[in-house]
Amino acid sequence: MEKTLKISKIKDGTVIDHIPAGNALKVLDILNIYENNSISIGIRVLSNKIEYKDVIKIENRFLEKIELDKISLIAPSATISIIKNYVIIEKFRVDMPDKIRGILKCINQNCITNSGEPVKSEFNIISKEPLIVKCIYCKREMNSDEIIKNI
Amino acid sequence: MLKNRSLVSISDLSEDDVNNVFLKADEMLGYINNSKKINIMNSKILATLFYEPSTRTRLSFESAMHRLGGSVISMADSKTASVSKGETLADTIRIVESYSDIIVIRHPLEGAALLASKFSSKPIINAGDGSGEHPTQTLVDLYTIRKELGDINDKTITIIGDLKYGRTVHSLLMALIRYNVKINLISPENLRLPDYVYNELKNKLNITISSNLEKYIDSTDVLYVTRIQKERFTDKNEYSKLIGSYKITLKEVDKMKDNSIIMHPLPRIDEISPKVDITDKAKYFKQASYGIPIRMALISMIVGD
Ligand SMILES: Nc1ncnc2c1ncn2[C@@H]1O[C@H](COP(=O)(O)OP(=O)(O)O)[C@@H](O)[C@H]1O
Ligand SMILES: [Zn+2]
Repeated sequence: MEKTLKISKIKDGTVIDHIPAGNALKVLDILNIYENNSISIGIRVLSNKIEYKDVIKIENRFLEKIELDKISLIAPSATISIIKNYVIIEKFRVDMPDKIRGILKCINQNCITNSGEPVKSEFNIISKEPLIVKCIYCKREMNSDEIIKNI
Repeated sequence: MLKNRSLVSISDLSEDDVNNVFLKADEMLGYINNSKKINIMNSKILATLFYEPSTRTRLSFESAMHRLGGSVISMADSKTASVSKGETLADTIRIVESYSDIIVIRHPLEGAALLASKFSSKPIINAGDGSGEHPTQTLVDLYTIRKELGDINDKTITIIGDLKYGRTVHSLLMALIRYNVKINLISPENLRLPDYVYNELKNKLNITISSNLEKYIDSTDVLYVTRIQKERFTDKNEYSKLIGSYKITLKEVDKMKDNSIIMHPLPRIDEISPKVDITDKAKYFKQASYGIPIRMALISMIVGD
């Protein structure tokens, strides 16, 4: 327990834990942060004796569906703990949606979704491990690195 | 049943759908050969929206609709039309759908036909979307094999030329998954099938990849030739050196077995010697002519009562 308390406890908020080491800043990038949200970030903290992970703790913030969907693509192993009055009242692993709508830009410059049409991008999940998604419009596939760069 | 359905990808069609299109095309071919007038599309309007130049595909759709007794409206050259005024495809489609009963679209961007189908209550036919699909060409290719060789099953199909960029080849291979065929893919090293296409096919089709036509030509039933574009080569000397080994001349035709055929989606530049045209193997002009019954069949099945 002591290991995680390098970062101070929060009263109310959300802990995004078990982010693959090095991906915390990418996760942070897609979060909507408001004035009253203090954030602590642990980068490469020891998760057990062998593995490192990243952790983000946000005070006074509960994540929206779209943020959870994005996190599921950047950090599929992440767990979300919702803290109220210093205790975890809910804990779950992020869940990848079956269809990814409007949160990812297709990597194919020649895709109709990148040409200013009034349409949301849409991808199907081809494989979760390794993560591969496929644009329903141009059929182009994107891997994990490409997803993170285009989310 | 194809009624009121869009045709965006060849995979929108079940095996039954494809067979029904072929049967209908046979019927249409009968009308064409007997110069019999049919008026089943009387009072129906087909709109062609071509955002990219095309001669054969557009003309064949228009000819097919006329032969069915229907009318055709067309967007003027895309350079002068609404595209250059910056109108979205979605808006154009929402307008044109109220002017017509079926819309045929060719567009330079991948996924354009699917987008069009989402904004239109009228059926859309994809006549090519960037390097994406061109399903009616694929149907014409399959129909040609069936007409000329009786069946698609149990055939050895050798595809030669640009396998990397050629969308007709990708669509054709996808469609051939449904049949029991042997595929040879012959191309220069740098124009091999892209990995993403190969990966989708490798467990579903019996494919051999080679740079050498010689080895496969005498066992081939269908030699499908595509164009190798000069622009694909940075080194023009390399192009000149290569192009010779992928050209079909009477020498190659001599090695082919009886009852085998040569196809080409056209236009051809110099990958098939004109001397080959008069041989009984040359079926590429026949193939182009099958574009009419196939498109008549599709239009009548989608729009007809
Ligand atoms: N009140 C709190 N304030 C801040 N972080 C907390 C609080 N309670 C739990 N956490 C953190 O939330 C994460 C999930 O907690 P826990 O379920 O105990 O760990 P794990 O998921 O590693 O088994 C851990 O990183 C833990 O340190
Ligand atoms: Zn796309």
